[in-house]
Amino acid sequence: MPQPATSPLESRPSKGTINLVHLYPREMSIYGDLGNTRCLAARIARHGYTANVIGHHPGSVLAQDAHLVVGGGGQDSGQARVEDDLFANADRLRALAADGVPMMMICGTYQLFGNAFVTVEGKRLPGLGILDVTTQGNAKRMIGPSVLDTEFGTIVGYENHSGSTSLGAGQAAFGAVRHGFGNNGEDGTGGARTGNVFGHYLHGPVLPANPAFADALIGYAAELATGRAFEPEPQDDTVADEARTRQIRRLIR
Amino acid sequence: MFLRTSAAVVAGKAARAATRLRGGGSAFPGLVAERVDPGFLAHALRDVRGGIVVVSGTNGKTTTTKMLVALLRAHGRRVFTNPTGSNFTRGVISSMLPELSVGRGQLVADIAVLELDEAHALKFAAAVRPTHSLLLNVARDQLDRFAEIDHTAGLLASLAASTTTGVILNRDDSFVARVAPDLTAGVEVRYFGVHASIAARLPELVEADVRFGEEFSAPQPTAYDGLLRPVDERAFDIVFGSDGAVTDVGPVTLQQRGLAAMINATAATTTARMLLGDGFDPAVAATALAAVRPPFGRGEVIMVDGQPLELVLVKNPAGFTVALGTYGTTPVATMVAINDNDADGRDVSWLYDVSFASLRGRGVATTSGVRAYDMALRLSYDDVPVASVEPDLTRALDAFCAAHAAEPKRIFCTYTAMMALRRTLAARHGLADFGEEG
Ligand SMILES: [Zn+2]
Repeated sequence: MPQPATSPLESRPSKGTINLVHLYPREMSIYGDLGNTRCLAARIARHGYTANVIGHHPGSVLAQDAHLVVGGGGQDSGQARVEDDLFANADRLRALAADGVPMMMICGTYQLFGNAFVTVEGKRLPGLGILDVTTQGNAKRMIGPSVLDTEFGTIVGYENHSGSTSLGAGQAAFGAVRHGFGNNGEDGTGGARTGNVFGHYLHGPVLPANPAFADALIGYAAELATGRAFEPEPQDDTVADEARTRQIRRLIR
Repeated sequence: MFLRTSAAVVAGKAARAATRLRGGGSAFPGLVAERVDPGFLAHALRDVRGGIVVVSGTNGKTTTTKMLVALLRAHGRRVFTNPTGSNFTRGVISSMLPELSVGRGQLVADIAVLELDEAHALKFAAAVRPTHSLLLNVARDQLDRFAEIDHTAGLLASLAASTTTGVILNRDDSFVARVAPDLTAGVEVRYFGVHASIAARLPELVEADVRFGEEFSAPQPTAYDGLLRPVDERAFDIVFGSDGAVTDVGPVTLQQRGLAAMINATAATTTARMLLGDGFDPAVAATALAAVRPPFGRGEVIMVDGQPLELVLVKNPAGFTVALGTYGTTPVATMVAINDNDADGRDVSWLYDVSFASLRGRGVATTSGVRAYDMALRLSYDDVPVASVEPDLTRALDAFCAAHAAEPKRIFCTYTAMMALRRTLAARHGLADFGEEG
């Protein structure tokens, strides 16, 4: 049974500090989204870097030197509370995205990173437009375990959303749906990727059970933070691999 | 109405007998009675003059209902309740049937105390307006089913709005306390909560309410509002108002440990005091609370080879956090069993909203259940050592009991994991009968 890495690296000098910004941990974090932040911070340390976790709250200025940005899902009330702040920081977020800062936006923040959310009544609420996706609100909720094939392998999570998201003409998907609904339950696409910005519907939280994806995000961030290529340490992911592959086996026959 | 209800009683009783013979579920007879007479509930409850009390909220319904019933019975009231905890309208009808006379179809009781989840409480209120509602809390619970906390809060607000006489609100939970202004004029409000001396522990108990820009501030307690003042993890007193020493209840030592149980006792006592008025006797109340046995799965202790094994049901972040806080002071050999069936909640994300740091020192002997590896993974991110992972519940239980035979043990488990473990324990250690609870 592998034990948690109480790191032998602690005595060594840090390879660099990675500023990890969690958008709206209070308002947009209802499906274990804090777990993604916890996972990233722990793995950053296990790879020999220093994690500087910054919670970004409405009304504050987004950290100028963010190397990695994550956002989660909220309820309608939470979403309403963060929209103004998101738009106040829109230019900054677009600039970070253009600079290659890795970002992972789940559910509500994925929708807000798109072009627009169209309500059931037909009202068009603009988004940041960082991802070329549009979400149509609908009455049906898409809920259940989910499996996507991605460039980081087959990943598992749990989705719970009522919006149907469609990709713009040139927009790449994050993955292909193997189980569950993905973006809309129809076209087999799951999430979206532009540069190092990822948006998708997988809670779970997604990163602990899918360490290859977590390490990819950390790798991009480490390069930005240090100006050097990512220098990973070997990890014992036996437990995460068991958790993930057991879910895949249950869901895909 | 009269004849129809009698027919419904007969039909329901027949269905109940049939179900019993087949060993079937507890809701089916109620379903039959409800089909025959939609007004059944209203009619059956017509002669219950002392109050129709609905207990609702995410956590603590079963424990609080049990305590409230004990308090009222100790004061000599005849109380009807839904003891199987079959948590919905039909279940209420099912549990009524054996107590109804076929001739009149009415319940002989002074007070009805009904434990109902938020959605079913509203359905019930559509048939019978409760005289009193006790609203405990709003927490994340099985979001895959109820979708949103705000939605749950809305259901409780509607329940309060359809209550005719009095509501009892948790003053520390703003989802609950904020319903006060929306009540029907003339409906009396009482609050329960924690005393200022332990206010610092509130964040571990209540969900963040982000619906409004301004912070919520709880109303000043009056002499009829019960505040919990703990002495240790099982003993406490309930202080009414800021200086109402005359009616204070306690000190009481509960059979169940922990802050959550004490808050439930405070809620039940505040409600009992409202229902009983001048008939409320603090000494009787204290004795009654001390005698309440923990409901199934809420800190229930089973003796295994002469050592206590505690089964602790966990179903949402607030509940698990409170449970860990309760037991953190006495670390024992620990197992965690997580299933993800419908009754457990299929999404296990919520495990990441719980801090397991209190298990770090002693570690976890084994994780089990369908999501055993997800649980072990979760614990690794809190640096909690896990000695073994065994998804099969029976094998895990046997190995856990064998490896820790000579010491006290504790298992935190989700609902279906608990049912399975309890079945195994019953077979091996001759447990008394047990019913299913919601
Ligand atoms: Zn979602």
